[in-house]
Amino acid sequence: MVISEKLDRFFTEKMPEYPTKRSFLVPMLLYTQDELGCLTDEAIAYLAKKTELTELEVRNVISYYSMLRTKPMGKFHVQVCTNISCQLRGGDEIYEHCKHKLGIGHKQTTADGVFSLEEVECIGACSWAPAVQVNYDFHENLTPGKMDKVLEDYRNRK
Amino acid sequence: MADLVQHPDEVRVISQRFGKGAAGIETYLALGGYQSLRKALGMKPDEIINEVKTSALRGRGGAGFPTGMKWSFVPKESAKPKYILVNGDESEPGTCKDRLILEHDPHAVIEGVLIAGLAVGARQGFIYVRGEYRYLVDILRKALDEARAKGFVGKKICGSDVDFEVYWHTGAGAYEVGEESALMESLEGKRGIPRIRPPFPAVVGLWGGPTVINNVETIAAIPHIIEMGGAKYASYGPPKNGGTRLFCLSGHVNKPGVYELPLGYPMKKLIYEVGGGIPGGKKLKAVVPGGSSTFLLTPDEADGINCDFDSFSARGEFLGSGGVVVLDEDTCMVNFALRIMKFYQHESCGWCIPCREGTDWLKKTLTRFHAGGGVDKDIDNILYLSQNMLGRTFCPLGDAAAIPTMSIVKKWRNEFEDHLHGKPCPYESRVWPEPALA
Repeated sequence: MVISEKLDRFFTEKMPEYPTKRSFLVPMLLYTQDELGCLTDEAIAYLAKKTELTELEVRNVISYYSMLRTKPMGKFHVQVCTNISCQLRGGDEIYEHCKHKLGIGHKQTTADGVFSLEEVECIGACSWAPAVQVNYDFHENLTPGKMDKVLEDYRNRK
Repeated sequence: MADLVQHPDEVRVISQRFGKGAAGIETYLALGGYQSLRKALGMKPDEIINEVKTSALRGRGGAGFPTGMKWSFVPKESAKPKYILVNGDESEPGTCKDRLILEHDPHAVIEGVLIAGLAVGARQGFIYVRGEYRYLVDILRKALDEARAKGFVGKKICGSDVDFEVYWHTGAGAYEVGEESALMESLEGKRGIPRIRPPFPAVVGLWGGPTVINNVETIAAIPHIIEMGGAKYASYGPPKNGGTRLFCLSGHVNKPGVYELPLGYPMKKLIYEVGGGIPGGKKLKAVVPGGSSTFLLTPDEADGINCDFDSFSARGEFLGSGGVVVLDEDTCMVNFALRIMKFYQHESCGWCIPCREGTDWLKKTLTRFHAGGGVDKDIDNILYLSQNMLGRTFCPLGDAAAIPTMSIVKKWRNEFEDHLHGKPCPYESRVWPEPALA
């Protein structure tokens, strides 16, 4: 099995809620990625079989969604929003600070594989800007100093 | 997660349970939850629709389409199943209200879906939450399990003879999926490419069945409307602009946050009283009234306008999504236009040529222009390119990119002209290197 039995069972139970087999594909891709770190060739083949699609059709869907990826990122994926509300409150500074602090750029991963960085579009934290998502966790009202603390906490968690 | 704020001018309808633990069903029930569903089960479908029409509720996603009218377009008889689809793909820059509703009051959304379904004859609902909001998906899944365990969702809801299923669904990062036809494509497991209309979703929607698509905030208002009556809800706002809405204040204000205010609330008071004014006592330069796809307002315009749909449409502009972004006097409007265009260029799916080519060309032009490489004819060319996207795409993403750009060039043309002389950007002390976007 490419993914855990638990996740496969979750998919199998959820899929009949929809009238077509492919309908649950987008969430399945995201949950699979969460477990494996990225969408591997094996994972794509598994999901294609599960949804009765061709692998090409699955890849077509993957390429549309910005969160989906076929290459692994760091254990902690730091996503810095620089869209308008964050831009006005220092989102660009936070992004530059992270680049400098981690020594990596957009969609790059640190040599130890702990952190990766991405400049992202609006994450819905506009009133608490500037904001960052690390994996799925929101960190809001940031300053470069607070950002250091956030990164440090994750580094200690590795 | 996100901090809650308060202001005395607030009228708390949708947000009345925020911060009270109503994501748990026991608290939701103790605070009057699911009473509107019981009431709706005793009403005829037309009575529910008429109550919503009376409420003058208009789509809170940004388009402001009358909700009751939208529901009435669904055919009574249909060979295919009908669906209620809740749009929680909140991603319009400046907008962060659906997040609070799903975090603090997910049962109101579920109850709204059930009532909407009773009104149009649908017996299945889907709540689509953007992929980035995973913690909200988890909250929603728990709420749905609780609602099912208590008999509000599933077989014979509330002991009636109605079977009604409500399901959760999640995206994986795509602004365009917030557009209703792209949303349906995504829910069907495809790329979020928009569909051509007609037929409209109310007639041919999800898997070919008639589908009502409403924003999270719109659907969360439904139980309150059924409870208090449409007339009471309508009375909070000006005529044809019923009720309250969540305004997401962000940018250069002292007290950013999400505030629930009656429609028709003056923009000036929103910025200076509710928002506590601009930090450092600086002057106002511009306001984004409702997400990045709306026409920006100058200080004079913001001074005189009320935040309801008709006050904006009378000017040929839009109230939008409730995302109010405030810009102080030190903001460079060219850089702001560039950041907006980078976003739309990133999010364009490439299906329609005017949007695919237009956003890319505009991003390149604005990048060069802001960096000091602009020439005189660029300014009109930016307007020309924007004009040629407008109304020429399947979905409104092309319009969304064109509208703020045109308004910035028209209203702050002097700032573009200032960029033609001398140093790269005369407005900001530091020019950030061009961020690399995928």
